[in-house]
This record gives sequence, C-alpha cells and structure tokens, in this order.
Amino acid sequence: MKKRSWYLTLGGILTACMLAFTVTGLFWTPYVPSAMDKAARGIGPTPAHPFGCDSMGRDVLSRTLEGAGSTLTIALAVLAVGAVCGLVIGALCGYYGGMADALVMRLCDAVAAFPSVLLALVVLALTGPGKYNVIGALGVLFIPSFARLVRGEFLKYRDRDFVQAAKLMGVPDPRIIFVHILPNLWPTLLSGLTIGFNNAVLAEASMSYLGIGVNAAEPSLGYLLKDGQGVLFTLPWCAVFPGLAAILLILGVSLLGEGIRERMGGTAL
Amino acid sequence: MPKLKKRALLLLVVLAMLPASLYGCTGGTEPTPPGASESGSQPSAAQTGELPPNGNSVTVGIAQDLDDLDPQLAKTAGIREVLFNIFEGLVKASPDGSVIPAVASDYELSKDGTTYTFTLREGVTFHNGNPVTAEDVVYSLERCAGSENEGTPLVSAFSNVSSIQAPDGGHVVITLAQPSLEFLNALTAPIIPKDSGPTIAKELVGTGPFRFVSYAPQDSLVMEKYDGYWNQDKAARLDKVTFKIIADTNALVIGLKGETLDMVIHLPNTLEAEVKDQFTVYQDTMKLVQALYLNNAVKPFDNELVRQAMYYAIDVEAVIDFVCDGAGVATGTSMYPANEKYFLPGLAENYAQDVDKAKELLAQAGYPDGFSMKITVPSNYKQHVDTGLVLAEQLKAVGITAEVEQVEWSAWVSDVYRGRQYEATVSGIAADDMTAREMLVRYMTEDRKNFIAFSDPEYDEVLAKALSSIDGEEQTALYQRAEEILNERAASLWLQDMCDLVVMNPALDGFTFYSTYVLDMSTIGYR
Repeated sequence: MKKRSWYLTLGGILTACMLAFTVTGLFWTPYVPSAMDKAARGIGPTPAHPFGCDSMGRDVLSRTLEGAGSTLTIALAVLAVGAVCGLVIGALCGYYGGMADALVMRLCDAVAAFPSVLLALVVLALTGPGKYNVIGALGVLFIPSFARLVRGEFLKYRDRDFVQAAKLMGVPDPRIIFVHILPNLWPTLLSGLTIGFNNAVLAEASMSYLGIGVNAAEPSLGYLLKDGQGVLFTLPWCAVFPGLAAILLILGVSLLGEGIRERMGGTAL
Repeated sequence: MPKLKKRALLLLVVLAMLPASLYGCTGGTEPTPPGASESGSQPSAAQTGELPPNGNSVTVGIAQDLDDLDPQLAKTAGIREVLFNIFEGLVKASPDGSVIPAVASDYELSKDGTTYTFTLREGVTFHNGNPVTAEDVVYSLERCAGSENEGTPLVSAFSNVSSIQAPDGGHVVITLAQPSLEFLNALTAPIIPKDSGPTIAKELVGTGPFRFVSYAPQDSLVMEKYDGYWNQDKAARLDKVTFKIIADTNALVIGLKGETLDMVIHLPNTLEAEVKDQFTVYQDTMKLVQALYLNNAVKPFDNELVRQAMYYAIDVEAVIDFVCDGAGVATGTSMYPANEKYFLPGLAENYAQDVDKAKELLAQAGYPDGFSMKITVPSNYKQHVDTGLVLAEQLKAVGITAEVEQVEWSAWVSDVYRGRQYEATVSGIAADDMTAREMLVRYMTEDRKNFIAFSDPEYDEVLAKALSSIDGEEQTALYQRAEEILNERAASLWLQDMCDLVVMNPALDGFTFYSTYVLDMSTIGYR
C-alpha cells in the first residue's frame, strides 16, 4: 500500500498556483507595469494596489506579475537548452563510451568546476546584458549536470539484456538510445529537471540582482529585488512581494520534484 | 582586435565590481575593528565629544569611479569635486561662487585687460614639503596651456594665453592674446610641482588642506590632513577622509544604514526617506544641468523638428516630481539657476507639454508614427536611470519607443561622452566655476567637448563675440542669447538642475554647499 505523498500534493498545488499567477502575468496585468502614477508614489498595499506601489508610483503587483513571467520564461528556456543538449551529449557518451566520452566528460567537469553564476557573469560581461544573453550563458552552464546524470544512467542500461537483444535484432543505435533506453530515465530526469529549474530561477535572480542580468525594460524578479533593496525599510513591499513570488515558485517546484522522486523511485541529483 | 581588448577590459571591470556588488550582502569586505559596529548605534557617544573608535576620520560614499586623476585634465565633475580638497590654483572657488586668493596672495589686472600680475603667497608648500616657487607656477600654467599635450590646452580657457613669465621669484605675469573678463576663473586650475606632469595622476602632490594617500581603482581614494597647510585658520578638521566608490545607489544606502559610511553625496530623493531618521540630510541643487542629451549627428535627431517634437512630448515638471520629489528647478537651457547672472528663468516654459503639437511636428518631420530609439544611461546614477525610465514612458504618447540601456560609468565616459557613439543619454553637465563659458562653449561646432554634436552658425557667432567681449553687460546679453538659441533649436531636451542631497552622520557638522559642483571636506568635523 502506497503512502499518500504530502510533498506531491503540496508541491502540486503550490506550483499550480504560481504557474497560474505567472501565466496570467504574461497576458494581463492590472496596470501597465512601467506606467508611473505621481499620486501613487510609495503608497502601501491598498485595494486598488494590493501589493502597493514603488517610489515611482508603479504598481508592484503588475511588476511582480511581469517579473515572474520574465523569470519563468528565462528559467524554462535555460532548462530547455541545458536539458536537451545535456541529454544528447550524455546519451551518446554513455552509450558509446571510449575516448570521446572521456574527453567530453572531462570538459564538462572543467565547466562544472566553476561556480556557475560567476562564469555566467563573465560571459555576460563579454556579450552585454539582455534576456537572450542570459539564457544562452546559463543554458550552456546547465549542460554538464544533465550530461553527467544522463550518462550515468546510460552506463547502467547499455549492457542490460534488453539492449543486447535489440542490438542482436539489428535495431539501429539512435532507436535503441531514444526509444529503448531513454524512457527508463524518466523518474531520474524529472527530479533532475525540477532541481535544474530551481537552480535556473535562482541563477537568473542572482544575476539580475548583481545588475548584469536583464534590462530595466524587462524586469525579472531578481531585478525587482535589487530595485527594492534600497527602500527595504521604508517601502518593504517593493522587495518583499517579488521575493515571496520567487520563494513560493521554487518551494513549490522543489516539493513537486521531491514528491515525484519518492513516488517513482528515481535518484536525486 | 580593439573590440576584443575592450571586452576583456570590461570583463576585468566586472570581476572587480563583484565585491562592490556583494557589498550590500556582506556589509563591507573590510575588516572592521571590534566594537566599530556598535559605535554608530550610540550617537550619544559622539555627542559627548568622544571620537568614534576609528579616530578622527570619515568615510564618504561616492557613486562614480575616479578613472583619470590628472588634476589639470579632470575630465568629469565627480573627479573634480574630490580633487578640490587636494589641489589649489592661484585662486580657488569660495562657497558663494566668487574666487578668492589661494596660492597667490594678490593680483593686479592691467588697464587693457590682458595682463595679470600675481603675487605669490609666502609660506605655501606642496604636500612633499617643498615650497611653491614661481617656477612651479609657470610650469603648472604652461602645462594647462598644453606644453605637454602637443599644444592642445588641458584647460580650454588657456587657449587665450600668449605668455606666462616669472620676472622674479615672487611674481608671475600672464599675458592674454585678447582681453577676457572670465579668465581669472580659469586660474583655479591646480598648481603642481615643476616637472611632475608625467607622474601627477599617480602621486597627486598639491597644496590643498588634504594630502593624497592612496587610490585603489573601483574601490577607494584616501586622503589625510596636510599639517603644513598655509592657511591654518582653514586647516582640515578631520585627520583622514576615505572616499569609498560604490557604483550602486542601493548599496550606498545600505552602507549608510550599516554604518560603514559616514556620509554620502548626491543621494537620490527617492531614497531620502530610508535614511533621514538616522542621518542629517542637507538639501540644495546640484549646480548642473540634467538633460536628455541628443546626438545631433545621428538620425532622426539631426532634424530640429524631431527634437522640438520630443521636447513638447515630455513633461519636465513630472520628471522633477518623480526623480527629485519636486525639488529640482527646470532650466530650459544649458545654464543652472545658481549662476544668477546668466540664468534666464523663462526659457523652461517654452516647451510646455503639448502632445498634439508634438505629433504634428513629428508628422512634418516625416515620422507620423514615431520611431524607436535608445537612451543610454550611466547605471551608477540612479537619478539618471530613473529619469530615462520616466522619459521613455512619456515619449510613448507620441509613438516613440525608447529603450533604456544602462551602462557602467567608465563605458559611458568612453563610448558616449568621448566616443559620441550613442543616440540619446541622460546625464548632468556641471561647470568648474561660475562663468557662463563652461556651460556654453562646449556646444560650439568645433569644441572637443561638444558631445551632442550641435552645430549652428548663429550660435557659434554669438559665442565667439561673447568670449572676446570686454563689456560685462554686453557679454551677459550675448551669453543669454546663446542660451535662447539652445532652447529654440532644442539642441537637447534640457530638463533641470537636480536636487542635491548630502547625507551625513549626525555627529558631524560643518558641511557647506558651494554654488559650483564642489565638495569641501576641510570644514567638516566631529562636533
């Protein structure tokens, strides 16, 4: 008899709420996020502005919605780049092995040896700030962890009987890799994805917080945190609500990942 | 290749910035002496006359890095205001904007207005202990006139100098090519030891109340009281002043709240509420002109109609309200109100916000649907970033999409201010002294500081006349005409003289605003 997983339930609800919040922000915000209202400068939460307004009279709810959307888009894109490339690299290395495998994995080790945010900062210093540059820089840095994860799993499976049998039957390698072996990786991959997602959200937020992520025109949660930091004691809502949004999003996805791992018996990263 | 080099430089800068960015999180990377963190929370200790544990010293937070410290070149106002404490000229600025004798004790002007004879003050010494001689003065002034720069003057007013001589050890005679009413102000240019030109930017040996101790790029500049200062009545009250460079305004506020900073200059109004309970806040205007500077050399800003349309599209009073909480003063041209003699108060009203008129002008200029543009702003000045964002919002109403791009200060200076590689930028331009010259000559077609590439034959003619005028009233009228031209042609969107907030530890007193962009640390001390 399976125990009911609180992680899964709680994580699912939280994630669903935050996703709904964020996706709403992509299509609708109560005010134009960049619109400034002289009369509303620095007002606290009111029915008209549930999250208050910042020192320029911009609605913090609208900005948080927009920022969450921006952060989510970046995190998902980073994850897509990292996971797809990592998956292909890891699968090929794990399945074929040999010299190329050793080389590629050492290269991954080298990249992974640097703190990822620092390395991304370096890349952005060379390319300049902006949404797409952030995605590119972080995406590349997320490849090694996925590659390593996938490679480990492939090593486990490549000598199993069902793979040998397929080989004997003359199934082409790509089919063995993606159709025969890959589906076995789902539990591991899913929890890897959830952890990767959280890391991507955090990485994007820290970079924007350090002032080298997105532009002022497309604020993300990290940018809003940085913006609100100077007025933390007088207008706390400017930083608290974007911060809360980031925390809830990460918490939700973490719980969800933990729940999935529990239920499907995958291994943690 | 040069591009790569530049990128590599930027990379270094970013790496160097990391600790500064993290400043906010850690509350400073410097080891603080035990007890220092508690000291500030008990201002009563200071009020009873005891010095804080770090001695008779003060740390001042500044937002701008001091990239080129050559005192005679002093490219940016942020450098000049710091060096004001270390260097002096034959004369120096006083708080009311007039000049007072410094290294010279007295001067005489010949009747035809072309020959200045300065009597050097006895007992003035450089920070290295050597007395200031007539030779040092002649060397310094000749260097200003371009002796070490292939003849191009380091201080532009010196292009009018025909000879500099020392008839005896106690006097220096300066002869001008043509009479000038304003030249005396240019003699605030720093006096430095003879032949120190090649090393002066590193050693910073001057005659001021403070002597230079050390400078760490992107981090800090330290100066100490100079005990041999010639004017013991006005000797520095503090023993040591550290200028801490923090390029992030929010981190400046956190530095104040965490009491690693005793003083911050030019704090944005939007952050005033955060510190006013804990600190003394002084308020004045900055004595500069903030504008949306437009590069007149690039499309569509080469079209006067477009510039005027943009001027009508924006609401300057709203900018002042948002950015300076209403405490700035609209200028309408390149002159700030503290320079009363030349300032024309009415100009700011010529472009009252009128969206319909703006649209009409845009249509005439061939842009009925507006256009896209980029506003480049220096990220270390929150005031300018915020102004850019407000203007971008206002320009939307006439179909102009403005993207606000934040760049680091050094990149702003090299790409925008000197490289002229930009479309529009928000910044403030300040003057060295109270002459109108400083604020206006820079928009003559050929001037090397004409970073907006403004070019107007009438303007050039009026200014040339003003510069050579020896009749005070006529000169003032000509300068004012020049200000009008800048407004009529909408050379740039002149906004305001911004509100200036100086925030100081309540245990300190003695702060004075000058009517120029200068910071005098010598009068500040613990009560």
